[in-house]
Amino acid sequence: MSAKTLYDKLWDSHVVRENDDGTSLLYIDRQLIHEVTSPQAFEGLRLANRKPWKLSANLATPDHNVPTTDRDQGITDPVSKLQVDTLDSNCDNFGITEFKMDDIRQGIVHVVSPEQGATLPGMTLVCGDSHTSTHGAFGTLAFGVGTSEVEHVLATQCLIQKKSKNMLVEVNGQLDEHVTAKDVILAIIGKIGTAGGTGYAIEFAGDAIRSFSMEGRMTLSNMAIEAGARAGMVAVDDTTIEYVKGRPYAPSDEHWEQAVQYWKNFYSDSDALFDKTVSLDAADIKPQVTWGTSPEMTMAIDELIPDPTNESDPVKQEGMKAALKYMGLTAGEPISEVSVDVVFIGSCTNSRIEDIRAAAEVAKGNKVSSSIKQALVVPGSGLIKKQAEEEGLDKILTTAGFEWREPGCSMCLAMNADRLEPQERCASTSNRNFEGRQGQGGRTHLVSPAMAAAAAIAGHFIDIPLTNKQG
Amino acid sequence: MEKFTKMTAIAVPLDRANVDTDAIIPKQFLKSIKRSGFGPNLFDEWRYLDHGEPGMDNSTRPINTDFVLNKPRYNGARILLARDNFGCGSSREHAPWALEDYGIRVIIAPSFADIFYNNCFKNGLLPIILEEQTIDELFNMVFENEGFELTVDLELKKITSDSGISIDFELDQFRRHCLLEGLDEIGLTLEHADDIRAYENKQKEITPWL
Repeated sequence: MSAKTLYDKLWDSHVVRENDDGTSLLYIDRQLIHEVTSPQAFEGLRLANRKPWKLSANLATPDHNVPTTDRDQGITDPVSKLQVDTLDSNCDNFGITEFKMDDIRQGIVHVVSPEQGATLPGMTLVCGDSHTSTHGAFGTLAFGVGTSEVEHVLATQCLIQKKSKNMLVEVNGQLDEHVTAKDVILAIIGKIGTAGGTGYAIEFAGDAIRSFSMEGRMTLSNMAIEAGARAGMVAVDDTTIEYVKGRPYAPSDEHWEQAVQYWKNFYSDSDALFDKTVSLDAADIKPQVTWGTSPEMTMAIDELIPDPTNESDPVKQEGMKAALKYMGLTAGEPISEVSVDVVFIGSCTNSRIEDIRAAAEVAKGNKVSSSIKQALVVPGSGLIKKQAEEEGLDKILTTAGFEWREPGCSMCLAMNADRLEPQERCASTSNRNFEGRQGQGGRTHLVSPAMAAAAAIAGHFIDIPLTNKQG
Repeated sequence: MEKFTKMTAIAVPLDRANVDTDAIIPKQFLKSIKRSGFGPNLFDEWRYLDHGEPGMDNSTRPINTDFVLNKPRYNGARILLARDNFGCGSSREHAPWALEDYGIRVIIAPSFADIFYNNCFKNGLLPIILEEQTIDELFNMVFENEGFELTVDLELKKITSDSGISIDFELDQFRRHCLLEGLDEIGLTLEHADDIRAYENKQKEITPWL
């Protein structure tokens, strides 16, 4: 048999049938459900008098609309409340497992599923959310779908799909100790562009990638979609298997050895062919800050804000000018002199225990600058919140002046009460710096958790090693 | 799903790259549990001067007269002319729902984001990919000729105009067939229920833990 990539293996092992028109019916092992993209799918099932094909394949939790304070008072916004109530009643009526708002296992779907062992290597996983690419960290084929496809998976456990092309993104060499998975993925997006991965499934490889924990690999895969790729993935290795072991939805002892043997097949054969390969040298990657309104508009912390007049492509030049205007920035200014109003540490990109530890490490013994209006830390799940509290991280953060919140998507997309006011500038560990993403007129700079914490302390962007000297 | 066969309509030019789904339909409108009614909030932050929230009377809101959709010459437009990477960002199907509800049935761009592109076909929208140079020419024609109309024929895979342009486009067979017939994809898949069960039975041996 010919050599296969990781993506080829995942794809081939899930093809139910190949149709004459070049599409395939692809089996989906797991579907994650949240309140925003599912109500119309359940309604569709009801209207067509259809039932879920395999109840146990689905797992639901509300995340986008949930408040991060005063949980015991419920959701005050009636429109948000209706959406979460609708998820609850749909899950109750159809018999789907849901971690409701008052369950300690509730959190951001892309944090909850891996934490529970509901995301496993070698599986296909979808969710009505573009950041489903996160789960690719486990050697899983995971991608975001629209509501019609949520309904399609509920009804049939399958999707009609066309195979994507294969892209390999290799990062080799030694990363500087202050360079995180977030910096690496921003640097990759900066290099290939937000549409660079369109039509591809990306595999992240190389020794710098292998050195990342599962948390780091999830941060990396999470933002594959910001490079245009629906799926990003990392091959299975011992790190993957160690992470999965013992989690509630992981295979029991009875099947564990069989599962491990099966999972170990999910890597790219050494002679497998990729349609495109991109290589980065780990040593060249510095801590990143985005300066514009697209994740590809990224720069190193020690650089000057780019000048649109140096861009030859007229459409890009206009885009850069519009971005600088929206962001209230001047070309040629050092990004490290730009002051920040709000700091947000959270989201499906960076709200896991390692992220909170990284923020706490920077915050320890320091104080949030008096110029900062708000500095939020929003853990990705109730269980992460509990673990962080057991480690005393919440105390370090609150002593420094950060707010310690309840889990959810929060200010990443501001569907709940956490949002920016017009022109407020935010150092955010989230994944999108689009216009209005964190609140109308709000200005988002994407950074790692350590960079966000450092900005909170300094009041402006700053390279992390300088924080303790100037803090 | 509504069929798409052939349509003649005014084209409206949205001259910016990387138009994301947050711009197409801002998140506050995603709280709806319905599929319809998103049209008045399409491009909400660009179309209106105030901050939009669900439940507002959109007819009384201040309009941004600089925004292309608000220019009277493009009233009734059903074709959107766009730039690279249209529909990037989130998987929200509310984006095609909003475009469709507004009246747009065809989007012509040099490239689309994958999830958005896929979502269009589930809602009777036809996204067409053309060469950048052809798109530039279409933008120029639309700018220069008020009331400029295009005819999009999915059967023939052709875009034409009274002025004599004729552009062929490509579309995969399955998607074209579904659009032309207005097919229910779930119904199509359920015709293969036996194949799905056979796959599941085979997998019980290979991955018994799932």
